[in-house]
Amino acid sequence: MTNTGNKDTRSGFGAGLYELGTLNPNVVALCADLTGSLKMEKFAESFPDRFFQTGIAEANMMGVAAGMAVTGRIPFAGTFAEFATGRVYDQLRQSVCYSQANVKIAASHAGITLGEDGATHQTMEDLALARALPHMTVVNPCDYNQTRLATLAAAAWEGPLYLRFGRPSVPNFTPVDGPFEIGKAWMIQPGEDLTILATGHLVWEAYEALKILAQKGIRAELINIHTIKPLDEKAIIESALKTGAVVTAEEHLVTGGLGEAVAGLLARHHPVPLRMVAMEDGFGQSGTPAQLMDLYGLNAAGIVAKASELRIR
Amino acid sequence: MIPKTPHSIPDLTSQIRRDIIRMVSAAKSGHPGGSLGSTDFLTVLFAEFLDQDPARWRRDGKNADMFFLSIGHISPLYYSLLARMGYFPVKELATFRQLGSRLQGHPSIENGLPGVHVASGSLGQGLSIACGAALSKRLAGDPHRVYVLLGDGESEEGQVWEAAMFAAHHKISNLTAITDWNGQQIDGPVEEIGGVGDLNAKWTAFGWRVLECDGHNPDDIRNTYRKAAEPGDKPVMILMHTNMGQGVDFMTGSHKWHGKAPSAEQEALALAQLKETLGDF
Repeated sequence: MTNTGNKDTRSGFGAGLYELGTLNPNVVALCADLTGSLKMEKFAESFPDRFFQTGIAEANMMGVAAGMAVTGRIPFAGTFAEFATGRVYDQLRQSVCYSQANVKIAASHAGITLGEDGATHQTMEDLALARALPHMTVVNPCDYNQTRLATLAAAAWEGPLYLRFGRPSVPNFTPVDGPFEIGKAWMIQPGEDLTILATGHLVWEAYEALKILAQKGIRAELINIHTIKPLDEKAIIESALKTGAVVTAEEHLVTGGLGEAVAGLLARHHPVPLRMVAMEDGFGQSGTPAQLMDLYGLNAAGIVAKASELRIR
Repeated sequence: MIPKTPHSIPDLTSQIRRDIIRMVSAAKSGHPGGSLGSTDFLTVLFAEFLDQDPARWRRDGKNADMFFLSIGHISPLYYSLLARMGYFPVKELATFRQLGSRLQGHPSIENGLPGVHVASGSLGQGLSIACGAALSKRLAGDPHRVYVLLGDGESEEGQVWEAAMFAAHHKISNLTAITDWNGQQIDGPVEEIGGVGDLNAKWTAFGWRVLECDGHNPDDIRNTYRKAAEPGDKPVMILMHTNMGQGVDFMTGSHKWHGKAPSAEQEALALAQLKETLGDF
């Protein structure tokens, strides 16, 4: 795998959404005054009848999306991840999930890499919140290409789906045509000594970590868990059986994210030593994305450090 | 308009009110006050205006009017009305709030109850959903209307006013919203608790066409629904003046019966005031 040039994942969403517009007349889009930030302009300009500006009123947007879904549309409701979860939790719970409304939540600017705007907008809890909702599928793609594919797949997926992506330009390295299948983990590199399960922006960092670990003689296996819920339990358990040690890596709090999901799964089926690369309880702060990822250990060095703890045991 | 019932409005409303009392009494819980208060205008809507064929009801509302109940707690009325109109068997009303029933405490779609498009109960969400359905119908070129029932106490929720702004901005004129303005909420009179104030002035200021109606007078109700469906470029809000608990003297006009079941004695007293017209469930 090589980086074909840095791109933002939100642009992958925008590209996928525009393609859906050309392919499926039932796809509609809503946005709460962040059309530019979510790269939804091309859809909005190309399909003005199917684009609905809701203003800064996210609770209403989720309800409107639910009403559209009930009547057979496939709505993508876009805003920042913070406002797509915490601000509208009860709307997602009752109007979307309990009502089995086929709404796609497009959650941009997720995680610490929102950067300079600071902790008010840096949600590091959204995966936990989205995971906890009954019937909600949770997808966290890792680069531009995968986000585009995830957007296309979301429209074909029946049921509420939380699609998480981000703001910064990051390496675009996954093949343009996948593989990508919701709920199916993607084996990036097989290995024998250690399993690394990575999601979102941490996948490229984990790929970099493989090289450092290889220099230390550790043959790590890297699996991309782009679907946080439902977890690909079979792939994770099989890998843990093989390697006997797991590191998870995500741009999220430890609480309720990928790491705890994997820990719960393995505790029930095949307990192995496990370390989580994730942010400890707390809020973020202003800074560049790279500075913040460094500060909280959410990068290749952080993954290597956690892996080293495991090998010491 | 599809005539769906051979029964008169007075016969229907009397039986529905009996159903409400009997359901809530049997379950020993539920919300009789608002259910009784909304009975008259909601029965007229379903029996004479809502273009829906109960036997062919579809959750997506295609080529039919749609009704959304935002105040999900008046489920006893909703369920009785749907059953009496033929959406599902009347005998099922006996399962209200029981384990495994389709008639959950608040409306749910999980077990596929005909007539119910979405879950409701957590307040403030129904108007937004109705806006989405109405926009979707407009996009499809479907001329049918979307109806939604809110409460006056519910209007203390901020999302209601987000939706109010949105509907006017997008000129959602195929939408008729109704507020049951009974002046009561759980903790007491609305004007003592939340102070929604002059709802006519508020909805007018938000860009809606506002109609007021005596929610217990069938002729006034009919005229108002007709006026609401006249062409225009604004969403329509009907402010229904009602009494919580209407039809049972000791429940009328008080918040105390918002969410309380009557005792066996009180049940008998209430039923003595309501004629059994269509046969109890």
